[in-house]
Amino acid sequence: MSIYLLVDFGSTYTKILAVDVSNEVILGRAQAPTTIDTDVTIGLNRALSELVDTCGLDLRQVEGKYASSSAAGGLKMAAIGLVPELTLEAARRACLGAGAKVVCSYGFEIDSDIVREIEAARCDIILLCGGTDGGDKRVITHNARMLAHSEIACPILVAGNRVVSDAVRDTLERHGKKVYRTSNVLPSLDMVEVEPAQALIREIFIAHITHAKGLDKAADFIGGPIIPTPKATLQAATLLAQGTVEEPGIGSLLVVEVGGATTNIHSVADQSPVTPQTVIRGLPESPVKRTVEGDLGIRYNAPTIYDFIGRDAFLARLRDLYPALDDPSGDDQRFDPDEHIEYLSKNVGHVPTTELGLNADIVLAESAASIAVERHAGTVRQEFSVVGEILVQHGKNLLEVENLIGTGGIFRYGLRPERILSSALFNPEKPWSLKPRNPKTLIDRMYMLYGIGLLAEHFPAPALRIAKKYLTETDLGS
Amino acid sequence: MKRRHVNRSVVIGTIGADAHMIGGWVLEKAFKEARFTVAFLGAVVPQQEFINAAIEIDADAILVSSMYGMGLLDCEGLRDKCTEAGLDDIILYVGGTVAAPLELEKNWPEVERRFKEIGFDRVFPNTCTAAEAVQALKTDLGID
Ligand code: B12
Repeated sequence: MSIYLLVDFGSTYTKILAVDVSNEVILGRAQAPTTIDTDVTIGLNRALSELVDTCGLDLRQVEGKYASSSAAGGLKMAAIGLVPELTLEAARRACLGAGAKVVCSYGFEIDSDIVREIEAARCDIILLCGGTDGGDKRVITHNARMLAHSEIACPILVAGNRVVSDAVRDTLERHGKKVYRTSNVLPSLDMVEVEPAQALIREIFIAHITHAKGLDKAADFIGGPIIPTPKATLQAATLLAQGTVEEPGIGSLLVVEVGGATTNIHSVADQSPVTPQTVIRGLPESPVKRTVEGDLGIRYNAPTIYDFIGRDAFLARLRDLYPALDDPSGDDQRFDPDEHIEYLSKNVGHVPTTELGLNADIVLAESAASIAVERHAGTVRQEFSVVGEILVQHGKNLLEVENLIGTGGIFRYGLRPERILSSALFNPEKPWSLKPRNPKTLIDRMYMLYGIGLLAEHFPAPALRIAKKYLTETDLGS
Repeated sequence: MKRRHVNRSVVIGTIGADAHMIGGWVLEKAFKEARFTVAFLGAVVPQQEFINAAIEIDADAILVSSMYGMGLLDCEGLRDKCTEAGLDDIILYVGGTVAAPLELEKNWPEVERRFKEIGFDRVFPNTCTAAEAVQALKTDLGID
């Protein structure tokens, strides 16, 4: 036996998985509400004692612990670039791929109003980009000056035009800012290079943010660094798709993670044109991509999703899933969707126990997944011209993605998780949206993917085999 | 024609719904060999993407290729958009088969006049070689 604990300090729950790495089995899992506002170890200890009670684990046998966190708002970043579709887009990708939430993003010259917005957003890190190497110097220099004269106290990561990087750093440092510097996220227009910036974001998270978020005690318990949860999930997705030298991966995949506040989509798939003649436009796409929808979550953001769907459509879909809603003899007659949604947004730790509550969650999660995957996936449109038609593709073509994976609380406790996955599929009514057409579908019933990502850094092959073993293949039916 | 500062950088692409891109490739190679930074955008490039690229790389010039005969329609408004985007002093060239081949042969002065009218600094017939294109820009930039 070699037992490892994989802990996630989530925004709502602190989750622990106990795995036996040598036998490649999951021994158990437990969770308790996260207690970041008081002392994060209180919730952690509750989860630990539940783990001990439920699977009879002897904590003295534990050989190591790894952890991720999205507590206290997760890693919040501001992205600043020049042209919104170019360096700003590259900057946003750098943040997202590092597991951050982009709370604000700005192109071109920022002004004092924007500076105040950034100050008010209380970001953990600001990523300052702009200009390709040897390209525009004026705007990033201006923006550095604006930030230098601001009240901003968080670290600023400079990853713009190499030619002025030193000058930009000096400007900021002269005004007492904490500055990190790395290579350009967009050295030239045909090259997005976000990895160096992402590696630094991770370092900054470990060096500053663990402390700022009140996670010191958690880090002491773990005895090592804590990484952002979405980064862990992205690592799991990458490992699962690409495999290791000794263990093959499962091929291209899309991970749908519906949470209480956000919906995360991760894809690992090489970029390919829809047809050989298709013209691809926009910044080059990397094989590993993450997007996060800050307005789509089935608790904090239940009202937003509900607004997207509309009351009538919400009821219609719910009725479709749960015909008993109209049963005159049942108690569900008094169900008011407005009230229910309001309740969910105020009781973010709510786990439904009734058929009705479970089905209402499914309706919300379906819509969140559908919209989030649509925003993640690329599009193709037909351009008609006097010389005939051509296909123009933007973003990632996920039509041929081989695996679709659902993870998050709803896939663990929820009813009919396959409904949620179905909504992530290609929809003939929206043929321009390049969602997966015919993938194999897998469900993370153990809610273990974050843990696989944590383990991946140290034991890639066993982590991969555990993931393969515990993902449940499911049939979407029709 | 004198620019405030020369950055030795150009944007190249084929405009509109035009899918020809071999000419663009040839130009890309030639300008790179002449030690220019090149943002090569390929084919079917909307006007806005030329502008975005030019801003980001701080381009001296945008070289628009148009092969399928509808160059005038596709190019109209590009100069105004550049001005709007703050690219006041950017040089605009267009080349390729910018009009119907017969038109090019018989009415070149008129074709050239119309492109200049919509703000292009130079218009090149399809007989233009890549070396000639490089030389023209160097002359306009006052370098080498
Ligand atoms: C190859 C080719 C194709 C290929 C393109 C492959 C590709 N991915 O690029 C394919 C088969 C796809 C194709 C399709 C079509 N083509 Co075609 N094609 C040609 C062809 C034979 C050669 C073009 C070429 O690549 N030349 C080689 C390069 C190196 O030369 P170049 O492009 O002229 O570029 C040089 C210079 O002009 C200069 N240059 C170019 N751009 C610029 C810009 C600036 C600023 C400067 C300074 C210089 C410069 O630089 C290069 C230096 O060597 C030409 C005929 C011809 N001989 O030109 C027809 C031609 C361009 N095609 C033509 C047509 C009509 C079409 C189609 C509409 C056919 C159809 N009916 O389906 C489609 C258009 C589809 C679309 N949406 O665009 C016509 C255009 C007529 C017009 N202008 O009115 C031409 C002229 C043939 C003809 N004589 O009828 N075509």
